Order: sequence, then C-alpha cells, then structure tokens
Amino acid sequence: MTTKHREDLLRQMIRIRRFEERCVELYSSTKIRGFMHLYIGEEAVAAGVLGALGPSDAVVSTYREHGHALARGISMEAVLAEMYGRTNGCSRGRGGSMHLFDAGRRFYGGNAIVGGGLPLAVGLALASAMRGEPVVTACLFGDGAVAEGEFHECLNLAALWRLPVLFCCENNLYAMGTALARAQAETDLALRASSYGMPSWPVDGMDPLAVAAATERAVESIRGGSGPCFLELRTYRFRAHSMYDAERYRDRAEVERWKDRDPIPRLAALMREDGELTDAELETIESEVGDELTAAIAAAEAGPFEPVSDLTRFVYAEHAS
Amino acid sequence: MTITYREALREALREALTEDERVFLMGEDVGAYGGCFGVSLGLLEEFGPERIRDTPLSESAFVGAGIGAALGGMRPIVEIMTVNFSLLALDQIINNAATLRHMSGGQLGVPLVIRMTTGAGRQLAAQHSHSLEGWYAHIPGLRIIAPATIEDARGMLWTALEDPDPVLLFEHGSLYNVPGELAADAAAVDIDRAAIRRAGGDVTLVGYGGTLRTALTAADELAADGVEAEVVDLRTLRPLDEDTVLDSVRRTHRLVIVDEGWRTGSLSAEIAARAAEAALYELDAPIERVCTAEVPIPYAKQLEDAALPQAADVVAAARRAVG
Ligand SMILES: Cc1ncc(C[n+]2csc(CCOP(=O)(O)OP(=O)(O)O)c2C)c(N)n1
Ligand SMILES: [Mg+2]
Repeated sequence: MTTKHREDLLRQMIRIRRFEERCVELYSSTKIRGFMHLYIGEEAVAAGVLGALGPSDAVVSTYREHGHALARGISMEAVLAEMYGRTNGCSRGRGGSMHLFDAGRRFYGGNAIVGGGLPLAVGLALASAMRGEPVVTACLFGDGAVAEGEFHECLNLAALWRLPVLFCCENNLYAMGTALARAQAETDLALRASSYGMPSWPVDGMDPLAVAAATERAVESIRGGSGPCFLELRTYRFRAHSMYDAERYRDRAEVERWKDRDPIPRLAALMREDGELTDAELETIESEVGDELTAAIAAAEAGPFEPVSDLTRFVYAEHAS
Repeated sequence: MTITYREALREALREALTEDERVFLMGEDVGAYGGCFGVSLGLLEEFGPERIRDTPLSESAFVGAGIGAALGGMRPIVEIMTVNFSLLALDQIINNAATLRHMSGGQLGVPLVIRMTTGAGRQLAAQHSHSLEGWYAHIPGLRIIAPATIEDARGMLWTALEDPDPVLLFEHGSLYNVPGELAADAAAVDIDRAAIRRAGGDVTLVGYGGTLRTALTAADELAADGVEAEVVDLRTLRPLDEDTVLDSVRRTHRLVIVDEGWRTGSLSAEIAARAAEAALYELDAPIERVCTAEVPIPYAKQLEDAALPQAADVVAAARRAVG
C-alpha cells in the first residue's frame, strides 16, 4: 500500500472523528436534535470500505452513518446542515442524522429500520446487473441486523441470483444494549453468511489497512461476476448507542481495552515508524480538517430553513408545469 | 402520590408479573438495557431473565412467538420499541393474532398484549414517528387501547391481560416523562369506555393518547374566551365507544376530532362517519378534523410542528364550529 493511500485513510478517519466530536458539542447545545448515533471508534471501517469503492458504485447505509457519508464524499457542510435541519443539508433537513442521502453520489441512505437497507441493496445490484453495468453495491449494517429475517432473505436472494452486492456487517459486539452472544445463537457471523454460499470472511475492523485490503479483494471478486461477498468487520463503538445511555450493559474496562486499539493513533504510529508521517504532517492534517469543520459549521448555521408552506413537498414526484 | 407515565406503566408490569405467573415480558432491550424508553428498568433484576426476556432484533419472530406462547397457555406481554418497527411483525399480528380465533371456528384464542410506542414530536423523522394505531384499529380481531393518563397507564395493562383476545397498547412517546397524581390504591380500569376528561356544553373535542393533551390545552384556551369545550378521551380505539362520543355530540351539537394519524382513511374519518350516520341532525356545524398533514414526518422542527395537530389548530377548528 502506498504512503498516499495510508495518508488518505488516516485523513479520512480524522475527519470523521473530529466531525463527530463537534457534533457532540452541537447536540449538547441543542443545535442538533432527534437521535444521533456516533461512529467514534469505528472509523477504520468507513475509511477502508468506502475508500475502496468507485464513484459509480452504490452505497446503502444505516442510521449510524455520518462516517459512511463523509467517506463517500458528501461534504461536512451537507451532513451537518442536515442535522441542523436546514435546506442546504443533504436531505434538505427532512431526514436529520439518521437519514443522510445523496443521489448524485449514489448514497441511498440513511436507513433507521434495522435491516431495512438490505433489500434495497439487493435491488440496486439487480438493476446494475440487468443493465450490464460493472457496479458494486455496498451495504453496511450492524451485527443486530443479522437477527432480522430480511438479512437471511437478502443473503439468499443475492447469492441465488449472483448479484454484485458487498455485504458489510459492522460487528461492534452490541445491538443497543444487547451483547452479540445474548442475541445470536452462533456468533461467528462470517460463518453464517458463508452458509448462503458466498465468500465471507472476518476482518479486523480496527485496522483500516486490513479493511481496505479485504474490501479491494471482495470488490474485485464481485466485479468479476462471481456474485456477492460478505465481510464481517470486527469493530467497537467507544460511546453510547445513541447520544446518551447508561451503558448498564457493558463494563468500563472492556471499553478501555478497545480504546487501546483506537485505529487513528495506531495508524499514525505505524506511519511514523515507517517514516511516512512526521508530527508536522499530522498537524497539517489536523488543521486542515479543523478548517473544513469550522467552515461547515458556519455554513450549517447560515443555512436557510424550509418554509412551512413547503411542508408537503416531496411526498410525490413534482411535475414541471 | 406523584409518578410519571413511565413509572405508572412499570408499576402495571410489576403487578402483572407478581400476580400472574403466566405473565412474562419480552422484547428488544427490555432487560439489561432497561427498555428503550426506560419502562422496564429494574424488572430484570426483580424478576429474572426467564420472565424479562431480551430478544434479538427479530420482530416477526418474537411477536409471533408471543402469539404461540399465548396459544400455549402463557400470558405474554410483548414490547415493540416503536410502531414503525411493528411493521416487521405485521404479518404475525394481522394474519395470525387477529385471525386465529375466527379461522379455527372459535377453538383458539390469543390472550396476548403487545405494547409499543407511537407518535411524533421529538424530531425523530419519518421512520420513528408515525401514528399507526388508527390503522391497526381497522383490523377485526384486535383490541386497540391508548392510555393517555397516569391512571390508564397504571390500570389498562391488567385489564388487557384479562382479555381473551390480542390487545395492542399504544404509548405516546411524548408522555413518558409526564408526571401526575395516582391514588395509592390505583388498580385495574375498564378498557371498554371512552371518558369525558372535561365537561362543557359548546363543542365536543375528541382526542386520545398523545392528542388528549392537545385537546385539553385547546379547551383551556377556548374557556378563556367563554367557549366551554367537552373533551372526550377515546381510550379504546377498537372497539370504539361510539355512545360516549355521540352522547356528547347530542349535548354540544358540534364535533372536532383531533387525530395524530393522517387524515385520509383515519380514525378521525371513522368517528366523523359514525357521527354523520347516527347524529347528523344533532349537528349544528360541519364536523371538523385536526389531523397530521399528509407527509412522512419531517425532521426539521418547524416542519414537524407544522405537520402535527397543535392546540392552536384545535382552537381554530372549534371556533369555526361554534361560529
Ligand atoms: C426494525 C428495528 N427494530 C429496532 C430498532 C431500534 N434500534 C435502533 S438501532 C438498534 C440496534 C442495532 O444494532 P446493530 O445492528 O448492531 O447496529 P449498531 O447500532 O451497533 O451500529 C435498535 C435495536 C430499529 N431501528 N429497527
Ligand atoms: Mg452493533
């Protein structure tokens, strides 16, 4: 992997982390409302998976999708303005944190029904296959979704029809307050996916280099026409399920152990060791990200509100008159 | 004693679990997490994991399993986090729970209670905010109840558990933190009759669940202007207590219905139709409806507020009716 590639991964993870750290403050000051699910700790997955896709590939995500959206190239401004409920938000303020969309970037949400995105991904892949387009649809979802019927229906259908879907399960060991082993009779999720007859493998989701490499390999296989692949990305969320919860369901020591594997300092250290990163370069990244964020906040704050007279727009297609 | 709606629900669960060993609670995060809205907090510690069962994210499976367990002699209480997620279990609710008694020629019954959160107002956008209870009220075989007061939050569950048929209990998400007075000897309440929450002779305001407060607030405003509104809390959406509503209309001759469902094909439409069928000549003004705008609930606050029935809308509708 080239130095440039590693630096891109590092920069992407830092962007996501700093963005969300500011979101916490903005939520506390009630600029952001509703439910907000932070991705802090899981950035290696977004950076590695989304970084390995091309612009014509499609992405289907969940409600914990700030990182996916940013890594897909949706601007900080568009994501933040969405959470401010402004019309310069990527869903015009209609969706909020859980419903980020960008049709131009083929980012199909932003789905807050657990497992709800999987059928869409299968359909997007079906469309690209029927149209003969060499496109991959990446579908990101949590370990919790593996218990839903839709997960099983979709893996079967995608495998049966050899559709170009990359199933990316972000296994952060918890579905809200329910630990994996308390919800899944078989906790080896890659093994379960493989029972549908698709290549499936576990990946260290705290290591962006491993995630990028696994995604590249899977994408190559899918583009080659051999049907879907499944990645189990083993990761961890450092914070509560949504903004606040009492975290009665896991112990502090476990969280701390995972924080030791924080992908950002780890990659930075590795790059330093390999002579690919100096302190000054890291500072430059941080300050560039800081500037991007400052500008995004200003743009979100300045964004217009949708007038109430437009309340019922976008329920049906608008015909040019 | 003063307790919140949430605590009243918890007390009801505690009583049911204590009094009837066939009762158990299952749903997502009802145990270790304490319930996604904190209703079941502490019950796992008190009653243990056999009876406070955390389920995987498998709505169809655990709702269907609730139906099966009810057939098998248990008295399950199934919690679904919100009504939007209940759609993943719609097949089990409608094709099994609501039909088994009839399809089996009366041999089977499903004494099951399904609790879920409903409603908007918290900027949770279109996949967490809908009010689909009126839609469930379309289905024969189900009983639909919506506690709007602390007493009903405390007292409806027990009666629902005694019901030999499936009961869906809707908790409006904006009510959990609302405090209120509860008598120390509060107990089971009926789930057959609507209740008059405020007496008045000029106009009837009908609400339920989350819209009861909207109607009561509107009634206070109207009273300041000398218009006395009677406020009817439906309590049970199916079967509808038509008599209480129509008796009120016969006294006030004006009807305003407040419904957080969408107007088209809504519960408010059903009530309006029944008033027109049975009391048309009693009405001195066209029936008014204050419903949610026909749009998936948007995130932005000003849009969400504009989409939902507000007290000011009810006041305006009542003024039109009173003339
Ligand atoms: C069908 C459905 N059921 C329940 C919920 C409530 N809920 C939201 S997120 C969540 C946990 C999901 O866990 P997982 O899939 O592991 O994703 P994570 O939050 O860990 O990223 C639950 C139960 C929901 N949104 N949709
Ligand atoms: Mg998870």
